[in-house]
Amino acid sequence: MVSQEPLNKTPLHALHLELGARMVPFAGYDMPVQYPMGVLKEHLHTREKAGLFDVSHMGQVYLKPRSGNLADAAIALEKLVPVDIAGLKPGRQRYAFFTNDNGGILDDLMVANRGDHLLVIVNAACKDADLAHMKAYLSDLCDVEVHFEDKALLALQGPKAEDVLAPLCPAVADMKFMDVRACEVLGATCVISRSGYTGEDGFEISVPAEKADELARALLSHADCEPIGLGARDSLRLEAGLCLYGNDIDETTTPVEAALVWGMQKARRPGGAREGGFPGAEIVFKHLSGGVERVRVGLKAKGRAPVRPPAKLYADDKGETDIGRVTSGGFGPTVGVPVAMGYVVSSHAETGTTLYAEVRGKYLPVTIENTPLSNPPINAEREHYCHDHQIYRRTRMAEH
Amino acid sequence: MTIKFTEEHEWLNIEDGIATVGITAHAAEQLGDLVFVELPDVGATFEKNDDAATVESVKAASDVFCPLAGEITEVNQAITDNPELVNAEPMEGGWFFKLKLANPADADALMDEAAYKEFIA
Repeated sequence: MVSQEPLNKTPLHALHLELGARMVPFAGYDMPVQYPMGVLKEHLHTREKAGLFDVSHMGQVYLKPRSGNLADAAIALEKLVPVDIAGLKPGRQRYAFFTNDNGGILDDLMVANRGDHLLVIVNAACKDADLAHMKAYLSDLCDVEVHFEDKALLALQGPKAEDVLAPLCPAVADMKFMDVRACEVLGATCVISRSGYTGEDGFEISVPAEKADELARALLSHADCEPIGLGARDSLRLEAGLCLYGNDIDETTTPVEAALVWGMQKARRPGGAREGGFPGAEIVFKHLSGGVERVRVGLKAKGRAPVRPPAKLYADDKGETDIGRVTSGGFGPTVGVPVAMGYVVSSHAETGTTLYAEVRGKYLPVTIENTPLSNPPINAEREHYCHDHQIYRRTRMAEH
Repeated sequence: MTIKFTEEHEWLNIEDGIATVGITAHAAEQLGDLVFVELPDVGATFEKNDDAATVESVKAASDVFCPLAGEITEVNQAITDNPELVNAEPMEGGWFFKLKLANPADADALMDEAAYKEFIA
């Protein structure tokens, strides 16, 4: 896609240049893909200590109920997502996805209950479409308040994240995974969640745009904290088994095919208190009960050659039986082998199955693995992240 | 012994019609940390600008072109075992392969070090 529009800049743009980042266009923004440390070391540093990511290109939206009753906003948003929003307690956050009439995924997002409003965080590339979508369906009950420009978003990730942030905001030490609260940091009101996109412990900090540079510098002044670019963000999330919208999930993949059933709570499933009522529910429920032809799986290569999208996957080593496609892939610096994700026919989706990926005319063996791909967890905090996935695995076992 | 450079950021150290070939420090830096290298077979013959090797960084795969026509006489197994050697010593221990030049005189048309430095400036 060639665009004549000048690239947008986040409030940290000048800081990225000052830190020597290599900048690339991403979702209409001029973003740091790596700093002088390099992708490999940035990845490992985040797993060992703490990394700071600028994710201000993502879209922050507040949904404010006209009635003043948050339940009205929650019920309204449930019309767009197969997720239990009404059951989300104040100060808690949850993963969600917008579905379309075919049960495909329009975007994935985070939803937080902030007491008097819902905070919604969506992907940069989808944010204008998401905003239009929410305005079209929610405006009768909610004010849809846009914070694309006035709020920056910093992600602080890694086992030392709490040590880095606590001196500026002691309250974060009490937060559990997926807690969200407003905190005073350097004299500004920030909204902090204990979550992220790396599989590590960490925080995402929504900060007033004019305060973002000062906060980033304060965090980076800690000896354990380094700036991390989009390159390592991608390899970290891939090892963690987390989907990248546009690669691993899109309008053609249902949550069941995408192995995101764990994100659809009981209340919204068949027999639940508020079952269905989201776009494409009929198709999603059919997939839930009748199974799917293809499903997203995690993959590890047996050799050293990275397997990248859109590599074809075969059941045999001669390229005769085509059974799927790789949707994300690359080298996993922490696991030390190439890792990937892709869709395969359900008959070949059992964990441990060996498949063959076509790379430059060769058929390289890859094994289906449970996510996160960086097992065993590098640190105890990782268990926070794994929690949702374990619920999913238990649910699957119960269903079979 | 003559060191030559290509616009595709390869270097050739030519001695008695055999070129030791690698990628330049500039190329290694642009690619970032390498995690995988695939080298040609000994005995393979290539025309100028054929794909002779593949390198992958954490982010992307890139081809390494054969800078001149010739036959592969030796490959550097050390960089397939340890791809980071290319980043650490691109002009020395990180060499890729040795190429018996089909027409050694073709090397005259390549850049010398001063010209390459100007090319990447």
